[in-house]
Amino acid sequence: MNYKSSYFILTCLGFGFAFLYIPILSMVVFSFNASKLVTVWDAANSPTLKWYHSLLNNEEILDAAWISLKVAVINASGSVILGTLAGFGLARFSQFRGRFTLNAMTTAPLVMPEVITGLSLLLLFVALEQLIGWPAGRGITTMTIGHMTFSMAYVTVIVNSRLATFDTALEEAAMDLGARPLKVFFVITLPIIFPAILSGWLLAFTLSWDDLVISSFTSGPGSSTLPMVVFSKVRLGVSPEINVLATITITVVTMMIVGVSLWMARMAKLDKAAA
Amino acid sequence: MRTAGYLRRFGVTGRGLVVTLPYLWLLLFFVVPFIIVLKISFSDIDLAIPPYKPLLEWVGKNSLAIKVNFNNYAFLFTDSLYINAFLNSIKVAFISTVLCLLVGYPMAYGIARAKPATRNVLLLLVILPFWTSLLLRVYAWIGLLKANGVINNILIWLGVIHEPLTMLYTPFAMYVGIVYSYLPFFILPLYANLEKMDWQLLEAAEDLGCRPWQAFYKITLPLSRNGVLAGSMLVFIPAVGEFVIPALLGGPNALMIGRVLWDEFFSNRAWPVASAVAILLLILLVPFMMWYQSVQARESAGAR
Repeated sequence: MNYKSSYFILTCLGFGFAFLYIPILSMVVFSFNASKLVTVWDAANSPTLKWYHSLLNNEEILDAAWISLKVAVINASGSVILGTLAGFGLARFSQFRGRFTLNAMTTAPLVMPEVITGLSLLLLFVALEQLIGWPAGRGITTMTIGHMTFSMAYVTVIVNSRLATFDTALEEAAMDLGARPLKVFFVITLPIIFPAILSGWLLAFTLSWDDLVISSFTSGPGSSTLPMVVFSKVRLGVSPEINVLATITITVVTMMIVGVSLWMARMAKLDKAAA
Repeated sequence: MRTAGYLRRFGVTGRGLVVTLPYLWLLLFFVVPFIIVLKISFSDIDLAIPPYKPLLEWVGKNSLAIKVNFNNYAFLFTDSLYINAFLNSIKVAFISTVLCLLVGYPMAYGIARAKPATRNVLLLLVILPFWTSLLLRVYAWIGLLKANGVINNILIWLGVIHEPLTMLYTPFAMYVGIVYSYLPFFILPLYANLEKMDWQLLEAAEDLGCRPWQAFYKITLPLSRNGVLAGSMLVFIPAVGEFVIPALLGGPNALMIGRVLWDEFFSNRAWPVASAVAILLLILLVPFMMWYQSVQARESAGAR
């Protein structure tokens, strides 16, 4: 196999990645700008950490970040459980009643416009409250349920595709040796799909942490998440603190992704060495 | 063991239990809500909390009246605002999809043909923006595109222009934002497809006298059809209902249906009208979603 690429393809790659990364880098650079005008570089007083200081003292943003964090952690853990069950079922049980529906229900949230999902969830919560009194009002609980509904679809896809690349021989061997299905799942299957579960957890966390539309529909008074606060600030124009927030987000995400990828590459190498 | 047999007699099996929980969850929180949206789209607007009238009403002692009104739908079809918003959303989503194809195909192709080590790094670089907040990445474009923004400042400094260009709050800004945000969604499924390609086919074609472009057009493009379709659906369907990007970059005149729905709901508190918009949008998108699912099914069947 050869790995040749024409100059045309290389140019496209260059411009494509510039397009993807220039906006991100510009936020990082301007987060150190002293000027309140954000995009006009104040050479006399920059670089400065003053917006970092003001962000970390902004009560509104910190409160919202705390709410976002709670929702994101509960959401990620819940969607990993639901998504793993669904992904496992779809990958390992070739036939069961409702398979087609389950497959459709786990694909649709991936492409469904968020305004539709958000509106429909809110109307469900309102109807349920009228009918059985639960959920009383809207807030963290309703937001988390909303996030779990679309996050679990992503986890399902990840777990399903991980299981699809593994043949069932190991699981069958364990069963032949007398292990009960539950034990096989915990001793054989779970370790195999653990990287997928970890990616699923991180993805579900990120989806929830970033979500604006579904949160806006399903939140109540006093439970504004970080994206909701950012959105209302950004609507009024650019703000230096948002650049700082973006820079912190990018740094954390980059370290996380690179760390996990290195760890998985090492695991894959160990797998190969063991085989 | 006895309890297991007992349960099995009633059709409760381990297998059943595994899929029942996610199944019921999605049924309750994904499917049932649409039925409620459908119901409310047929009810009257009311100045109450919640702001709609019930469909079922007791009239007198023993008779139950069902009041279904199609006013909300009639309203959508008579006021040109809604029709224009629908048509404009489809246009914007379609053009954005084509732009993603033009930018994304060469990138996916380049990544698939890179050396394995380079490939992983490039792939990571495509995935990374996808993990960073969409809201923040769209916000970055405000700083780049506005009148005293980065692009205008650079162009003025270079002497290319003397007056700042108006870019923010135009259709151009909206297209840039959508293509920028959805590009990874296009590249990843297409890459997954191209990665499985047997490149020896291309060599064979060239040995037999095919020009590289011809070989691409006759071999690579048809074989990557499912990848292109899957990527296109992942861009087109959510882009039709996109709210954040038109709201931040498109300016007050950017008529997108997701934004109309949002305003009906949050600004006008017209829940029944918003529901009718959602139902029409759903009817419009369901064929595309089914198409996406069949493409996905074909793609994973081909993988095994």
